[in-house]
Amino acid sequence: MTAVTEHPVDTARQREVVRALAAFLPERALLHDREDAQPYECDGLSAYRQVPMVVALPETEAQVQRILRTCHALRVPVVARGAGTGLSGGALPLGNGVLLSLARFMRILEIDPVSRTARLQTGVRNLAISEAAAPYGLYYAPDPSSQIACTIGGNVAENSGGVHCLKYGLTVHNILKLRAFTIEGELLEIGGDGLDAAGYDLLALMTGSEGMLAVITEITVKLLPKPECAQVVMAAFDDIEKAAAAVANVIAAGIIPAGLEMMDQAATRAVEEFVHAGYPTDVAGILLCESDGTREEVADEIRRVQDVMEASGAILIRTSHDETDRLRFWAGRKAAFPAVGRISPDYYCMDGTIPRKRVGEVLRGITAMEKRYGLRCANVFHAGDGNLHPLILYDANAPGELERTEAFGGEILELSIKVGGTITGEHGVGVEKINYMCLQFRPAELAAFHGVKTAFDEHTLLNPGKAVPTLARCAEFGRMHVHTGQEKFPDLPRF
Amino acid sequence: MQDIIDQLTDTIRTAAANRMPLRIRGGGSKDFYGGPLRGDALEVGGYRGIVDYDPTELVITARAGTPLTEIEAVLREKGQMLAFEPPHFGSSSTLGGCIAAGLSGPRRAYTGAARDFVLGVRMLDGAGNDLRFGGQVMKNVAGFDVSRLMAGSLGTLGVILEVSLKMLPLPAAEITLRLAQTAAEAIALANAWAGRPLPVSATAWTAGNLVVRLSGAATAVDAAAKKLGGERLAAEAAARFWHGVREHTDPFFNSGQPLWRLSLKSTTPPLNLPGTQLIEWGGALRWVATDADAHAVRAAAALGGGHATLFRASDKSAGVFQPLPPALQTIHRKLKQAFDPAGIFNPGRLYDWM
Repeated sequence: MTAVTEHPVDTARQREVVRALAAFLPERALLHDREDAQPYECDGLSAYRQVPMVVALPETEAQVQRILRTCHALRVPVVARGAGTGLSGGALPLGNGVLLSLARFMRILEIDPVSRTARLQTGVRNLAISEAAAPYGLYYAPDPSSQIACTIGGNVAENSGGVHCLKYGLTVHNILKLRAFTIEGELLEIGGDGLDAAGYDLLALMTGSEGMLAVITEITVKLLPKPECAQVVMAAFDDIEKAAAAVANVIAAGIIPAGLEMMDQAATRAVEEFVHAGYPTDVAGILLCESDGTREEVADEIRRVQDVMEASGAILIRTSHDETDRLRFWAGRKAAFPAVGRISPDYYCMDGTIPRKRVGEVLRGITAMEKRYGLRCANVFHAGDGNLHPLILYDANAPGELERTEAFGGEILELSIKVGGTITGEHGVGVEKINYMCLQFRPAELAAFHGVKTAFDEHTLLNPGKAVPTLARCAEFGRMHVHTGQEKFPDLPRF
Repeated sequence: MQDIIDQLTDTIRTAAANRMPLRIRGGGSKDFYGGPLRGDALEVGGYRGIVDYDPTELVITARAGTPLTEIEAVLREKGQMLAFEPPHFGSSSTLGGCIAAGLSGPRRAYTGAARDFVLGVRMLDGAGNDLRFGGQVMKNVAGFDVSRLMAGSLGTLGVILEVSLKMLPLPAAEITLRLAQTAAEAIALANAWAGRPLPVSATAWTAGNLVVRLSGAATAVDAAAKKLGGERLAAEAAARFWHGVREHTDPFFNSGQPLWRLSLKSTTPPLNLPGTQLIEWGGALRWVATDADAHAVRAAAALGGGHATLFRASDKSAGVFQPLPPALQTIHRKLKQAFDPAGIFNPGRLYDWM
């Protein structure tokens, strides 16, 4: 996987494209020297690298429109990019293409506290929305782990989640309106200021489309009132299957927690050594179950959660007493990826989603694979919505380990599909999992995806080669690894 | 059940070969909705039954012809519900029709729309291909979101065979309050409530009263009810009221005038249109019974950042749905072409040009 062939830049073509773009872009908005373009060679999945032929950094919608029209006329592929924090290589540039950075679209255009909406340029950081809304007692609900850096435009492109999805939904549930440009430079106004729009639900189609349908320049999001309070229960189990059963029992009790997370022993041990969150390390796994809402709601729900955990055989139950306590419990979960990064030279992160009732079976399957492949795996799990992140620990410098890791990861994805799940819950397909799409979808379904793609982009110029494989491609397997020290954003929590 | 799919596939392939239109029909409860019905009925009602339901997964998968009442009864038994509170508009209403119409009821502004709860679909496209998109899990970003695209597409892209939906638990307690308010006051109040952490699950303003429903833990709805004030409705009267709003049996909907549905920014002031209005969704949905001309109604909707639908009327010559700008029309045509190249499914039901 690391052997991604760098495509050499065709300098004559490069000159042609630069000349066409320089006709209307200021000098500061156009990069093409190799050293200038190098910082854009990868996104958060740094194993895949490619220096783009040209980087364009427009500042206005009119410039975006002209860039797209120009590229369309010259048949130059375009890859849009926000902060480049994505984990599936969705913003990997093309050696014969333009990398369209939307980083300069950073303005919060409007916060309307009465209608509880925010109108944002596409490059506004996720966390900046909640910060701007905070004075009104409002916030933007989806909170992907990279929220201090990732942009709202990237969130829409990936349909980003976070740890509160079960109760508050994904990006698709929290946006109202988009302004976007097709590769032909046509402005699309999708959605509206109301809760639905006339015609097909293009807002849903655009969300999670990985930059393949149109380039988004402006987004109107919904803001929610900040819950009055929140409290978290940490429950420990001596058997991971009991923990899995406890998750089902919480749901069966009619509770939709604000967050419901599971970590196995390997993960809790790594985390406890790292951040001292107060997790027991001699148990098979722990659950974190958060309740938020009004004081009455939280008091009622926390009591019920404690009862369910006890009835489900928890050997230890702790409840946060104040905000410091609550944040400490969460700090452990949020540090899971870097904590695992400390105990192993490399790890390989998977992102399947499975039906919750199959989690015991899947974890058993992973344990068997650990033995078979001779590799350890730490499991962190958005248990509430079934999104499993197994982290396979390996050393890329040990001969054969990378290959074994890749085979291990592939088997986990296949198992996810087998139990009725999906290969990606929130990280996207990008280049990383494109071959696994062949395992999840049949040719007629892939053909339908191509039909959607060409409805927006006839010549396949927007982010080609991502997310949806051609049928010809459907023979290979994809893979991903994160090498210590090579993470693009080592400081960002990953969960 | 495969024999039914085989029959549907045969009919579709024959129709596509001859470019003969088909009108997809579940229970026929929404025949009144959208543009004219053209072509032979493609009956899907026989393809029915719940395929999979595990309450602890919060997911149900059922065949398109399954009556909505059957699904709701099964869910209620397990303490769960379709949280978008779909209108039935008749006892024959099916799951497939519910999703194809994409309509949501009073709870929509607070818990989400039909499309928000769609996790996956199985469908037949215009070439008779049996396709599955999405799945039975909460988070799934593999491939374009064709499942949600099907919601509200009025059968113009394909025949829905099966749908997987996310469920939510029934609230432990509900209280409905009534406050005497003008329309303008009601809009301001409903928006203010939505900006505070209150367990509001529905609002409706009609005939000088703002009616609000609170849902959740008993202690929480009690505490919120004290904050909001107003007169508490008895449980039966409350249920009757919300049923009337959802199913259009409330007296407001029986004015005999054309009924328009305007979906717009929740803070839009009361509409300056003749006739009467009922306001739902915290101000974001306005039902208007009016003789006003279609241009005036659509202009009012556009001014509120939204769109207007001629929901019920004997004369639909002005078109049912808000016209689309040319760039969106192009995308619609191409999507239609991709899924239904022969143009056989429900032609004219959404727009007369497709």
